[in-house]
Amino acid sequence: MTKILVIAEHLDGKLNGATARAVSAASAVKPDAIDILVLSDAPDAVAAEAARIDGVSKVLTVARSENAHALAAILAPQIAKAAVGYSHVFAPSTTFGKDLAPRVAALLGVSQVSDVMSVEAPHSFKRPIYAGNAIVTVEVDAGSTVVATIRTASWPAAASNGSAPVEVLGIDATLPSHTRFVGLQQGKSDRPDLQGAPKVVSGGRGVGSKENFEIIYKFADKIGAAVGASRAAVDAGYVPNEMQVGQTGKIIAPELYIAVGISGAIQHLTGIKDAGTIVAINKDGEAPIFEIADIGLVGDLFKILPDLEAALG
Amino acid sequence: MKVLVGYKRVVDYNVRIQVKPDGTGVVTDGVKLSANPFDDIALEEALRLREKGLAEEVVVVGIGPADLTAHLRNGLAMGANRAIHVQTADAVSPLTAARTFLKLIEKEEPGLVILGKQAIDDDANQTGQMLAALWDRPQATFASKVEITDGKATVTREVDAGLETIEADLPAVITTDLRLNEPRFIKLPDIMKAKSKPIDVIELGSLGVDAADHIKTTHYSAPPKRSKGVMVKDAAELVAALKQKGLL
Repeated sequence: MTKILVIAEHLDGKLNGATARAVSAASAVKPDAIDILVLSDAPDAVAAEAARIDGVSKVLTVARSENAHALAAILAPQIAKAAVGYSHVFAPSTTFGKDLAPRVAALLGVSQVSDVMSVEAPHSFKRPIYAGNAIVTVEVDAGSTVVATIRTASWPAAASNGSAPVEVLGIDATLPSHTRFVGLQQGKSDRPDLQGAPKVVSGGRGVGSKENFEIIYKFADKIGAAVGASRAAVDAGYVPNEMQVGQTGKIIAPELYIAVGISGAIQHLTGIKDAGTIVAINKDGEAPIFEIADIGLVGDLFKILPDLEAALG
Repeated sequence: MKVLVGYKRVVDYNVRIQVKPDGTGVVTDGVKLSANPFDDIALEEALRLREKGLAEEVVVVGIGPADLTAHLRNGLAMGANRAIHVQTADAVSPLTAARTFLKLIEKEEPGLVILGKQAIDDDANQTGQMLAALWDRPQATFASKVEITDGKATVTREVDAGLETIEADLPAVITTDLRLNEPRFIKLPDIMKAKSKPIDVIELGSLGVDAADHIKTTHYSAPPKRSKGVMVKDAAELVAALKQKGLL
């Protein structure tokens, strides 16, 4: 029997949209069942959201005070126990899933498939290597549990019309006390979430300073877009790390991506190559970003962005 | 405290990767090889801990073929005290690498293991987490700041939501993110000095590591290319083009 356990990602009592994308990948395996596991100190609200995702057979909850924060060392032993009887364990390829899934795989004594882009067969997957410059097909041994992270940009979020039952799961696992949560400094923003937004405007080194980045925010707000950045802009301190798009930052697939003052290093391009339409605005007409942009505009961003706002009325 | 650092050799990040036409791999003949950038950051962090008096010895570990020696010499030239070369002709999976590190840990008893969060060749992002699981010790992945006090590491981690801080009892595994530090450049005199630093060579087969791999790579292909698009001359044309596509 093919049964897939999907690990729910959540924060502050809300399910992260990456979970529904992992469910899409699970559905592509055409399994007999897809169950979602919610580990939390208070899982009910998250479980109720998870239960609505299409294709989910049931939602399993584990409520323990130790699960108040998503620490891999605490969660992994519980998932390894819950995984008994499942052929696959999926987690989104977010920092949550990347931190957690390999720890689960090691406890189960198996290798892991990172960043699943497509499902070829129940034990065969495609994934990117070398910053997406090569795609490999991998096959997991038939007898092994498949532990995989799902490249969220490759999968649409499953719809939320379902009503799966929610069950409490009793897990007898001794949890370590050697790792403790201290705090989370969250970027406070009323803008759309970078990872799920249909429109994204990103700024790069060409923006020039933290203060100048205001012009990016202003334009993004005008068109209702999330804001991202290149590694260069993050390294230069213009914006915080959670805004980085690229190989080692967030991999995104918005319908519209507008790159402003970004030259387009391979490492950045790998983060956006699944975007629907890529627009590049850069003063250097030779910048590599124009090689992959659907629409390019050469010029001074400090003139073009106000012009765009004016043209939009 | 002894710090063990993973030091992998990969295709240099500036090389344009070409997939072989027959789909059996990527072209690596004659391409420039360098230290995995995240591993340089790992080594730099270990050296800074030693310079602050928080570590006594920094050991770089490489797993790979006989010619890995020159690469490990770079790690020694950067400042590591010694190197361990686990020799194997085959590429190893993250799980095998983690099991190999565990064997070395049993012998070396480090207070801290620092690895890159991912290698830029396979982009797996697994070894540190797997090692921490097998070792039954804390993991602090994607670190952008590390403080060591009283047998604990306080680590700031770059996560999707922002910056998370966790506290981990030592020994522990830390994996590095880009903004943890800027690695130093190797100076010529250090290259000379590195020649006299010891490299222990251990055959992977002699460690008793289960090197079974559950995952086989069956095919390599080039990614689908995005075709070059159109150029517009001003903001008005851009808005018109986006409106035509229904994007604005």
